[in-house]
Amino acid sequence: MSGYRLPLILIAGWLAAAPGVSVAQTAVRPQPLKSGIEFTGPEVRALQEDEFANPAMLWITRGAALWQQPVGPAQQSCASCHGDVATMKGVATHYPQIDKGSARLINLEGRIQQCREVRQQTAPLRYESEDLLALTALVRMQSRGMPLAIEIDPQNRRHFERGRELYYRRVGQMNLSCANCHQDNWGKRLGPETISQGQGNPYPIYRLEWQTMGSLHRRLRACLSGVRAEMLPYGAPEYLDLELYLAWRSGDLPIETPGVRR
Amino acid sequence: MAARISVPQNARRGDNIEIRVAIQHPMETGYRTDDNGTAIPKNVINKLVCRYNGVEVFRAEMGSGIAANPYLSFFIVAANSGELRFDWGDDSGATGSERASIIVA
Repeated sequence: MSGYRLPLILIAGWLAAAPGVSVAQTAVRPQPLKSGIEFTGPEVRALQEDEFANPAMLWITRGAALWQQPVGPAQQSCASCHGDVATMKGVATHYPQIDKGSARLINLEGRIQQCREVRQQTAPLRYESEDLLALTALVRMQSRGMPLAIEIDPQNRRHFERGRELYYRRVGQMNLSCANCHQDNWGKRLGPETISQGQGNPYPIYRLEWQTMGSLHRRLRACLSGVRAEMLPYGAPEYLDLELYLAWRSGDLPIETPGVRR
Repeated sequence: MAARISVPQNARRGDNIEIRVAIQHPMETGYRTDDNGTAIPKNVINKLVCRYNGVEVFRAEMGSGIAANPYLSFFIVAANSGELRFDWGDDSGATGSERASIIVA
């Protein structure tokens, strides 16, 4: 009987790899979903939960000032159009999304940059600059506690598939994919650390190792550096695709921005 | 330099009240080098003073052992209604200040 087993497994493997199979069969979420905060120690958790001691709140304070600051020839601030920042509640749950005008995938940082260039008619902020981190964190914090509302549709499917492909592609001298650690081995130890699921729900984060705030793309670059692979520039299309895949993969995990991590 | 100050709005005379201060600052130690190997000069917030209605009630002198974005917490005794004023400065000569009012009954 055992002679019949192998072909069955092969067929099952072929089915899983066949094109046109639904998203649920080819892309997997970790079960159960766990935020990275569950893998940190009690000190880090306490720091994130304390609204005052959380160092990321300094960037929120900075972001709130920037929100009101008029810039550009028309002296328009974010508040001139959007009013109170509280009106941004829920907005971040739809990013990354396809920008209707350019038909390109953009994340929240990209939308803020677009607002600055097109509406405020001023120079875009440097990706990973203090000001862009501050504004991104401020806007995303308005959706704190809400899960992302990402749906994979014909418009973004190509990006999603490419993101998934990147997630499972082995790269660098260490020849590791994202999935090798964060999908297949989360919860296990890697030296002194417990491997997390690599969820993007707390970003932008204050990382103690960085001693400052950083974006999801900075974290992706740090991981690529860790496996000794080539780091792409901030805002690279590959990172945006990966960000879309990660957003889908985070399922109903609530946004934690501004998070604190080791 | 963004800063956050936490002072209770109301207090009873004689109460011990907690004051919390957080300042956004890299607290550059002077021991690091940039990508080209050039030493990054030391730049830390070296002094922070808290005055309560003009009287100094707390002073911190900090060095390179303090992490970036320093967070300080200390207690003072509530005496009279008025103003708490915070002043600080770093090695580069940059200064910052914040104020908060308190009502003591």
